[in-house]
Amino acid sequence: MDTVAASGLLSSSWLVIALPLLGAAVLLLGGRRTDRWGHLLGTATVVAAFVLALLCTVQLAGLDERVVDVDLFTFVSAGSLDVEAGLLVDPLSATFMLLITGVGALIHVYSIGYMAHDPRRRRFFAYLNLFVAAMLLLVLGDNYVALYVGWEGVGLASYLLIAFWHDRPAAATAAKKAFVMNRVGDVGLAIAIFVMFAQLGTVSYEGVFGGVGALAGGTLTALGLLLLLGACGKSGQVPLQAWLPDAMEGPTPVSALIHAATMVTAGVYLIARSAPIYDLTPTARAVVLAVGAVTLLYGAIVGCAYDDIKKVLAYSTVSQIGYMFLAVGLGPVGYAAAIAHLLTHGFFKAGLFLGAGSVMHAMGDQVDMRRFGGLARKLPVTFVTFGLGYLALIGFPFLSGYWTKDAIIEAALDRGDWAGWLLGGVAVLGAGLTAFYMTRLMIMTFLGRPRWTEGQHPHESPSVMTAPMVLLAIGSVAAGFLLVVVAPLGDWLEPVFGVPEEAEHVVAPAVVGVVVTAVMALGVLAAWLFVGRREVPEVAPVRVSPVTRAARRSLYADAVNEAVFMRPGQWLTRALVWVDNRGVDGAVNGLAATLGGSSSRLGRAQTGFVRSYALGMLGGAVVVAGALLAVTAG
Amino acid sequence: MSDSLLLVAMVVVPAVGAAVVAGLPKHRTATARQLALGVSLVVLVLAVLATVAFDPDGDRFQLTTSVPWIPGFGVDFALGVDGIALVMLLLVGVLVPVVVLASWEDTAPPNRSMRTFFAWLLLLEACMVGVFAATDVFLFYVFFEAMLVPMYFIVGSFGGPRRQYAAVKFFLYSLVGGLVMLAAVIGLYVVSEAAGEGTFAFESLRQLDIDPGVQRLLFLGFFVAFAIKAPLVPLHTWLPDAGAEAPVGGAVLLVGVLDKVGTFGFLRYCLPLFPEASREFAPLVLVLAVAGVLYAALLAMGQTDMKRLVSYTSIAHFGFIALGVFAFTTEAGTGAVLYMVNHGIATGLLFLVVGMLIARGGSRLVGDYGGVASRAPKLAGVFLVAGLASLALPGTNSFVSEFLVLIGSFPTRPVFTVLATVGIILAALYVLLLYQRTMHGPPRGVLFPAGDAADDAADGAAGGAAPHGATAPPAGAGHGATAAPAGGGHGAHGATATLTAPAPARSGGASRMYDLTRRETLVVAPLVALVLVLGVYPQPLIRLIEPAVAATMSDVGAGSAPSEGTD
Repeated sequence: MDTVAASGLLSSSWLVIALPLLGAAVLLLGGRRTDRWGHLLGTATVVAAFVLALLCTVQLAGLDERVVDVDLFTFVSAGSLDVEAGLLVDPLSATFMLLITGVGALIHVYSIGYMAHDPRRRRFFAYLNLFVAAMLLLVLGDNYVALYVGWEGVGLASYLLIAFWHDRPAAATAAKKAFVMNRVGDVGLAIAIFVMFAQLGTVSYEGVFGGVGALAGGTLTALGLLLLLGACGKSGQVPLQAWLPDAMEGPTPVSALIHAATMVTAGVYLIARSAPIYDLTPTARAVVLAVGAVTLLYGAIVGCAYDDIKKVLAYSTVSQIGYMFLAVGLGPVGYAAAIAHLLTHGFFKAGLFLGAGSVMHAMGDQVDMRRFGGLARKLPVTFVTFGLGYLALIGFPFLSGYWTKDAIIEAALDRGDWAGWLLGGVAVLGAGLTAFYMTRLMIMTFLGRPRWTEGQHPHESPSVMTAPMVLLAIGSVAAGFLLVVVAPLGDWLEPVFGVPEEAEHVVAPAVVGVVVTAVMALGVLAAWLFVGRREVPEVAPVRVSPVTRAARRSLYADAVNEAVFMRPGQWLTRALVWVDNRGVDGAVNGLAATLGGSSSRLGRAQTGFVRSYALGMLGGAVVVAGALLAVTAG
Repeated sequence: MSDSLLLVAMVVVPAVGAAVVAGLPKHRTATARQLALGVSLVVLVLAVLATVAFDPDGDRFQLTTSVPWIPGFGVDFALGVDGIALVMLLLVGVLVPVVVLASWEDTAPPNRSMRTFFAWLLLLEACMVGVFAATDVFLFYVFFEAMLVPMYFIVGSFGGPRRQYAAVKFFLYSLVGGLVMLAAVIGLYVVSEAAGEGTFAFESLRQLDIDPGVQRLLFLGFFVAFAIKAPLVPLHTWLPDAGAEAPVGGAVLLVGVLDKVGTFGFLRYCLPLFPEASREFAPLVLVLAVAGVLYAALLAMGQTDMKRLVSYTSIAHFGFIALGVFAFTTEAGTGAVLYMVNHGIATGLLFLVVGMLIARGGSRLVGDYGGVASRAPKLAGVFLVAGLASLALPGTNSFVSEFLVLIGSFPTRPVFTVLATVGIILAALYVLLLYQRTMHGPPRGVLFPAGDAADDAADGAAGGAAPHGATAPPAGAGHGATAAPAGGGHGAHGATATLTAPAPARSGGASRMYDLTRRETLVVAPLVALVLVLGVYPQPLIRLIEPAVAATMSDVGAGSAPSEGTD
């Protein structure tokens, strides 16, 4: 990987991170004084960061070598470990930089309206700013330690924002669960970094990627699997997916920005960034594929069963990121497809969440879709923008999701072996399920007869909220066409991933398009048959099939976590506390008692007595010392 | 050489200050604390001056002074610092004024005077400086033992209800360790005499080539004393008692500085003086270290008393430090020393903020608190910063040290390192469980008497979370991977609220909840600032520490990690 030193505007690309960080600092330290204008400052810093990111990207695009390194300062240097704080601006990080600041800016604007009546709005914007800064560090850092710092930084921001309404026990518990499950993944990432240092003596991308060729196969596979563990935690992939749906306890703009568009895609970034490692280890790539395929089905199945609009969207996110994992697991042919789907997903899923927020805003924070219905006429802008996002997500022909999802399915089939057919089949099946649960959501929310709770008068959201929704809807419609057909993302990302070989198509792309569209149509039809034809009951039916029951309980994922980790953990902790108090302490006390007389004396010790005893001991020690010295000297 | 007097002044100034404060009339508490603050700030300035005068690339020991003390036995009053001792002096210099300020409004138990408290505090500071700055092994031993006395009285006279039990336990453990070490100190002298001239001077002892069998015995003598002090599992059970019963200021210094003498001792004495024995015993020490990381973290989760909880987290952290020392690489050793400093700052801050909570509620029990963040956002914010530093979140100082320890240990000790790394999950659990139980949720517990809590809940619903708070779903039934066991069990204990001595007697119907006062803000601000600054730019401290650690590691025949890993 050849890099060039930064010049011009690119050398101040650190400002892209510093601006939102400064915003967070001012809002948190400034306290109530900043209440009146805090949200405006918070939004302004991210908008400014977006403008700067755009200018940097334009400059980058004009360079011959589109990989630029920005040295900042020495973070840690001890022994042979040298961690420099530096940024790497290349097409991959620039793409993420634009996504984060662009979608981030829109969601900041939206939040001005959404959080208008919350007395702690300033704090909300401070945390959002903090998130944007940490996320930018994650993607812009030029070494694994910088990535790790950003990685846990976004985890903190996520924790703070999930628990934003912290007097709700459910929110507090969800935040802690998210942080802890992420830490399980972080252990994998951390150990991967230790392995890199031990084997290669460096943690910088340049050094690691330059040296991986010399590593043994087992080491490479271990690295790939450790990084994957980290990626699974952050991206809500099986087996570390259970925190993501619970994270919907946070305010909805948070769900849009962090738990849909950006943070949860960090795992995809990590694997794509580590492409030089994964390229050399088919074993680890196979596991990535398996994780992606399992997760995309899991999310889609569970998404069919929930009645909470945000949880359905959350499981949809889990499932869509599964598609991205599947794509990166395919190796060089899949990287660009994964990033393209990540970008389009960023647009339509953020738009869907903002739409859900608009619905909740109108319905007094109701999230139960069984109490919605008939909202299309009351919320026309929300309906149209949400509808476009919906079409993009299910892969309606020529909208964003159609292009980017099909590209992944094609790449899977192009493997040409049985695994290719299996993965392609899974992905096509997932597309059908996606169409089902999203159509169900659309029908229950916007169509049919109103099933609102009493006294509700839904009204369209203010334009400060609808404007970002409109912009994201435009992205949902057009981004896929732009990124796949007009200006293929693979060309732009070529300095990072190289030029993939032109694959022999096993199935003609047109055929894939037709088949996927047909399966999608089946999903839509099924949803109409199940949900659209008859009245939606206001209370979820109890007498349902075992499959539905299992899906409503997330296929027992939480039950397993509880039975395997939580209960035994609590039991172990209680047992150890007993052992420490009775056993270890008791043994030492008992020993002391045997040696020194009565242990009850210790317990009943009187101050005066203890003082003389203590001083006596000290005096004795000095005497012993003197005597021994005299003996040895003499 | 005026520089060389800096260290002497750092011992003498607080010692004299202690005498002056002790000599004040009993009721002059105000004068006593002002004097104590002034003296401790002078020591801080001296520590900064010493740092300025110190050249990281210069001699191993700098700012040295040596005067014969007991010439017959080659005992010198010899002071001097390497980078390791220097950063510990900086830590002492920072923490003592903070502790004085934190104890500003404490009230003494009956028949005790805060004047005495501040006098002991200053004497303790003198001893702490001495123990780190001594370059004569006998002088080190004297300070090591002398340090016990002021701490004994700080715990035993000014602590919580079980203070006497805790103080005696602390004293006996330390004394046993001290006596064992004394035997080893004398043994060292004997060895040096056999090799030529009897001496206690560290640099001369370091040159000795000690017979492996003797090394083993002497190593164990020092090691046991340090392992009690640090403390390593299973010699740790005195710390939760002492940490819980000590007044908050005392607990900060006990866990923040005193215990570090143990890990400091490993590095300064065990490794350079007994290199073969150190290598031989390293696997055993590493087992204890990693066991401590995991065992103490699990125990921390099970604690109902906040101060005991923080004490157990410290035992887990000492496990990381011991791992860093005995992994025998420059990176891990540097991380361990940085960990000693950072842990003093982070856990000091955690103890202080827990103390502020206890001062409001009068109970140490986790179960007696809830929803504090709604009423005291600043206090909750500082609590969170301290907690995040404790779980070593990147961006806080502790991350750098923990990361250095782990990445530096991995090349030589991969299995131990991986096991210790699992500890970071447990750290997240014990910190966030504590935070959730005390700070999150609806306001409840001792700070919100029943009627008041109801009012508060109404406030919260009306103002706090509207319009989004209206439909809060029921508490995540079975969702939380680690949902807190209901507070019922703790509540029972809560009835017998264990009051700490310094808890101000605020009672009555009105809510006792208030956010950080101006003084409290002043107490936590420097530590919060250090947590963040050292989290982003730790290199200046590393620059001081690394050469001394590299020298120590070359004494023990080890070097930096990758050369070991790849050669």
